[in-house]
Parts: sequence; C-alpha cells; structure tokens
Amino acid sequence: MPKETIGKTFLVALLLCVVCSVLVSAAAVYLRPTQAANKNLDRKKNILMAADLLKEGLSVEEAFKSIEPKVVDLATGEYVVDIDAESYDQRRAAREPAESEEVPPSEDIASVRRKAKRASVYLIYRGDEVRKIILPLHGLGLWSTLYGFVAIDARDLNTIRGLVYYEHGETPGLGGEVDNPAWKALWNGKQVFDQDGNVRIEVVKGKVVPNRPETRYQVDGLSGATITARGVSNMLRYWLGKDGFGPYLDRLKARGARHG
Amino acid sequence: MAKAKDTLLDPLLNNNPIALQILGICSALAVTSKLETALVMSMAVTFVLGFSNIGVSLIRNHIPTNIRIIVQMTIIASLVIIVDQFLRAYAFDISKQLSVFVGLIITNCIIMGRAEAFAMKNGVGMSFLDGIGNAIGYSLILLVVGVCRELFGTGKLLGLQIFSVLAEGGWYAPNGLMLLPPSAFFIIGVFIWVLRSFKVEQVEEERH
Repeated sequence: MPKETIGKTFLVALLLCVVCSVLVSAAAVYLRPTQAANKNLDRKKNILMAADLLKEGLSVEEAFKSIEPKVVDLATGEYVVDIDAESYDQRRAAREPAESEEVPPSEDIASVRRKAKRASVYLIYRGDEVRKIILPLHGLGLWSTLYGFVAIDARDLNTIRGLVYYEHGETPGLGGEVDNPAWKALWNGKQVFDQDGNVRIEVVKGKVVPNRPETRYQVDGLSGATITARGVSNMLRYWLGKDGFGPYLDRLKARGARHG
Repeated sequence: MAKAKDTLLDPLLNNNPIALQILGICSALAVTSKLETALVMSMAVTFVLGFSNIGVSLIRNHIPTNIRIIVQMTIIASLVIIVDQFLRAYAFDISKQLSVFVGLIITNCIIMGRAEAFAMKNGVGMSFLDGIGNAIGYSLILLVVGVCRELFGTGKLLGLQIFSVLAEGGWYAPNGLMLLPPSAFFIIGVFIWVLRSFKVEQVEEERH
C-alpha cells in the first residue's frame, strides 16, 4: 500500500484523533472527582488564608470548624435560611438561569456578566463574637476571571483584613503576582468606604504616596500588570458596592448601630 | 548494546539538549525558582518525551509526510493534557505553581525535536531510550539550576532550611536575584562554560 494517498492521510489523521481523544477524555473523566475534591479543599484553604486562620499542624477541615458559612440574598442583604450554606455552590448557581441574573453592561464594571442572586459569606468567630466576614468576589483580569475572597473586619465593616485569589489564569510573574505574599500583606488595614459610604478602595499605578488622605484607600500597583490590577480594583468596587454585598453590609451596619 | 547505552547517556553531557542544542530554555527559566517545581517539571517532561517518542516511532511508517508535524503535535499534546490532569488530581499545589508551564510542555522544542529527528527514523525501543536520555539531560540542567536558585535565593532546599538566613539571626543574606528568571540564564551560562572547558569539542568555531 503506497504511503501517500489522500485517503490514507485522512485515515491516519482520523484514527490518531480517535485514539488520542479517547485517552484524553478517559483521563479527564476518571480524575475529575479527585480534582473536584482538591479544588474544594483549596477553596476552603483560601478562605482560611483570607481569615488568617491557617496554622501549621492544623488540618484545613479542623480549622474550618471555627467558620460559619451563610448564604445571603444579594438584593435584600438578608440571610437565606432555607438553603444549606455548607453545600451551596455560588459558582454553579451563577450558571443556573433560575438562580442567577444578567448583569446589565452599564453596571458591569467587573465583567461579571451573570451573577448568582444569592451569595456565600463566611463568618469568623472568636468566642461568640463575629470578628471577620469573608466575602467571595470575582471579575475579569487580563486573560481570565479571577476568583478570590476578601476579609472585612466585622467591627467597623470597613477595614480590609486580607485578600486572596484561589483561581486565575493570569501570567505568572506579572498578573500572577496577585498571589505574591508581600503584595497580599499590603491589604491588611486598608479602608473600603469613605464617610459618605462610597467604595474608595483601589489598586493604584506604581507606589502609593504615603500620608495623604487617600492613602488608606490605596494599594501599590503590580508592575507589568496594569490590567490585572485594574480588574482587582473593579471587582472590589463592584462586589462591595450596591450591586454586590452593599445591601448586606448596610444591613449589618444598621443592626450594629441600633445595638451599640 | 553499546549503541543503546550511547542513545541513553549521550544527551546527559555529550549532547545535552539545553547546554549544546540550546533548546527548551524557556521552561528552564520559568520553573526553576524552587527545586520542587523543577523536580515535578522534570518528571512530567520525562514522561511526555519517553511516550511521545514511543508513539511517534510506533506509527512512523504510516505517518504521511505532509501531515507528520501535526501528527506529532497531536500525540505530544494528548500526553501533556494527561500529565496535566494527573498533576491536578494528585499534586494540586504544585500544579497550581506550575500553572501554564505544564501545558507549555507541548511547545517545548526538545520534545518535538526528538520526535522529528529520532523517533521518525528509529525503532520503538531505541526511541524510548533516546526520549528518556534527552529528558534526563534536560532534567539534569533543571535540577542544577533549581538547586542553585533555591539554595542561594532563600537558603532552603525543598523548603528545608539549609543556610540560616540573616532575617532569622543566621549568617546568610539571601540573594534575591536568584529568584528572578534572569538568574537562570547566568547559571545555565556558567554550566555551559564549565561543560565546554572539559569537553572542548563542543566549542563552536569562531566566525567573523
């Protein structure tokens, strides 16, 4: 049989594709449960990291016990009681037409496109008192959607206690530096809102100028990653603003003022 | 038998894919800031290179010349995806650190180069040895660079403290440059220099 006929070329290509696709899909299907478990563990680990609760010698599951997951209705800011918060999957809900809604392009500063109507929040207790609130956020960077958590101090509902990303596809060394511990440490103590309740927190270009009134709302930029940094600013503005967790935070603030 | 040994061991020092052929430099810079990632990357490349050479060699007499590059790429890409899936399942943290660089094994010139230059013309057994040999040659450089960068950049090896660093009251001031990609260029350069001082035949003739 001659080596070079059009029919044989097609046959070889077809057979090769079939064999390769079977191998690849078999690996993907067979390994998916383990990968999903890893992802879940990693998400929990990152919630703990945002809360600064990850200690050596303590397993993730063990440490996670001091965290209470809750589900919040984003529009009203009220807790939703008839959903099991432990197993609620906000990212899956965002894909379900009944549980999510389109974000109008004019409001969609973080390129979220579609968001779940209900969101997960995590309350960190010390004793009986809530000390920190962990809120999930996501939005577009340069190449990918970044998924992360921001920890807000529960006492003033304004001070950031940590920001971590657990999933993104930004360039390592440039946008990927959102994972850099030195950069993440800059967030602790920054303020989200000004006196009028506007979201002011942002990543600036270059270094933050110290001792200015706006310094407390600003974090150093990432060199070579202007667009990723802009994405980070935008998603904080979106998720902490009125379309995101704004109503929830307002409700908590009103309750705190009434009691104290 | 001697030929098999040469096929396996030549790529280590005599015909090293990075040091002599200067292929696969990109990933050697990217994944060597820590020994752990360099080690996992080496294993991934060894697997892919060994089996891609087997795959290409197995069907070498049936691959039509005009689509041979695409056929090689398909085999290589499939193997890389399988490796990536396995890392995500069983070495999640490392696969996160390696991020896109596992996927980029597909474009590593060494793998394509061995498929085209060796596996297309040789039997399955020899092709496998050639693949493993070249992968070990590649791994050798990766590990040398990984050891230098982690040890001198942080005073650690595989996360264990070797040199006690100044910040913790020790004597060693970590060299931050070592953690940045350019340092890999210097280390590979020094490696090639040392290698060629012993193996003078690898030095190119001067051209004016």
